[in-house]
Amino acid sequence: MKIKQTKLSLNDSPPTADKETVIEIENLKKSFGSQNVLQDFSLKLYDGENLVVLGKSGSGKSVLIKCIVSLLKPDSGMIKVFGHIMTALSISELDKVRQKIGFLFQNGALYDSMTVKENLEFPLRRIKGHLKQKEMDAKIEEVLENVGLLDALYKMPSQLSGGMQKRISLARTIVVDPKIILYDEPTTGLDPVTSDEISSLINDVQKKYKTSSIIITHDIECARMTADRLIMLKDGKAYKEGTLSQFEKSTDKIIKLFFK
Amino acid sequence: MKINIPVSKAKKIAKYHTLKLSENAIAKKVIANNFLTDFADVILFITSFVKETFSRKFEVREFFHQCFVIGYKSLSLVSIVGFIMGFVLTLQLRPTLVNFDAESLLPRMVAVSLIREIGPVITALICAGKVASSMGAELGSMKVTEQIEAMEVSSTHPMRFLVVTRVLAATLMIPLLIMYADGLGLIGSWFGSNIKGDVSFVLFISQAFKHLEFVDFLPAVVKSFFFGGVIGVVGCYEGYNAGRGTESVGKAANSAVVLASLLILIVDMIAVQVTDMIVS
Repeated sequence: MKIKQTKLSLNDSPPTADKETVIEIENLKKSFGSQNVLQDFSLKLYDGENLVVLGKSGSGKSVLIKCIVSLLKPDSGMIKVFGHIMTALSISELDKVRQKIGFLFQNGALYDSMTVKENLEFPLRRIKGHLKQKEMDAKIEEVLENVGLLDALYKMPSQLSGGMQKRISLARTIVVDPKIILYDEPTTGLDPVTSDEISSLINDVQKKYKTSSIIITHDIECARMTADRLIMLKDGKAYKEGTLSQFEKSTDKIIKLFFK
Repeated sequence: MKINIPVSKAKKIAKYHTLKLSENAIAKKVIANNFLTDFADVILFITSFVKETFSRKFEVREFFHQCFVIGYKSLSLVSIVGFIMGFVLTLQLRPTLVNFDAESLLPRMVAVSLIREIGPVITALICAGKVASSMGAELGSMKVTEQIEAMEVSSTHPMRFLVVTRVLAATLMIPLLIMYADGLGLIGSWFGSNIKGDVSFVLFISQAFKHLEFVDFLPAVVKSFFFGGVIGVVGCYEGYNAGRGTESVGKAANSAVVLASLLILIVDMIAVQVTDMIVS
């Protein structure tokens, strides 16, 4: 069954603090040489919400989500995912936590030597290895149908357009039923129509799979369509936090520059 | 001759030379630091490779896929190289042997040269060009396009999946390719010797193997495994540690070939020396 693609989900309600916290970051610091990228950055992601992290290019947004999945090691600070302190986990424990996190890379990061089907099978075999081949095939077909690209099953990534690659990448992310999805600039490099489609898909995935998401972007349209809550990242710190309407009504110069 | 220069100018000259000296000192320090960092990287890479090689979860499917890619897909190239090696060697040796009235030694000389030295080294160098460069470029582009990170977040250890399988496949397949090239070299040699002579294939082969001993085979086979290991490790190391830009993919492929070829020659030199010590 194909998910109905909804347009715009403005949510003016305040952050739901009563909900369970799935990701908690406190005083995160990360630097590369003399360049301080993140400085005392703190954040909370609640169960079932879409949190958009806004910021200029090079402000450390991607570094932030790479620290969350331990692709980068923070200099100091604490990152808790489902109550596990990520920096204190052993490799096998880290693998288990990572199985609950999906990561959509900026350029899709599809394995270019594999077909679309093999790309989707790859994480499925490793994370849900107990499934039989038929069940895996059914799961792959289900997620491809959800992203509207069932006919691309046997295509190579090089045969797909940028937007299609993003959709397949999203399908690969959701095929293992993650509880949290981290989107690294999901609409970068796409035309406005395809960007809107991807943003709608993000909302649809949230509804259907009950995921919590951090969406890294500087695309305001994407933020408008997907955000339950926003955080502005500036100089490595959380500059401003609030709902979409609070951001849109803000008189702050920097925020106005984004929302003009 | 005494030269008078103003104090201010003398100060400027002194300052310039002091700066120049400190720049040189910093440059030397940077080179030393880079060398130490690279050396530490190599040690870490090899340690991690050894650790993952003996881990419980071995990627069997990917290992056989890599054996197919390295072995089967190099067959045509190695066939041509092997045949030409034997053919050319025969054409070059024949006139000299004829001068000494020792033409009958031709099959034996070609066999010893091919199996002991020329076959393993030339085939390994050709494989360094094909296999190591392709590993360097493939892993390098995977790194640039975040595919390695994508693997890591889907609970797959890239070192185990990408590096261990490739290195082990190269270590196993390169010796097999070398043996295959040696065989084709002998066939090429037979063709070469038939240009100006007439010798049956069976006689040629029996003459070639008649005086070959165990010491001709064993060191060559052992060093072939090392050549395979060198090709795999260098190709994967260069690709795995490629920089972020697309330019680094080309650099990774290039340095994989250069370094692998150089190390093959160094390993060969050591292997010959060790064999000589053991045999004598």
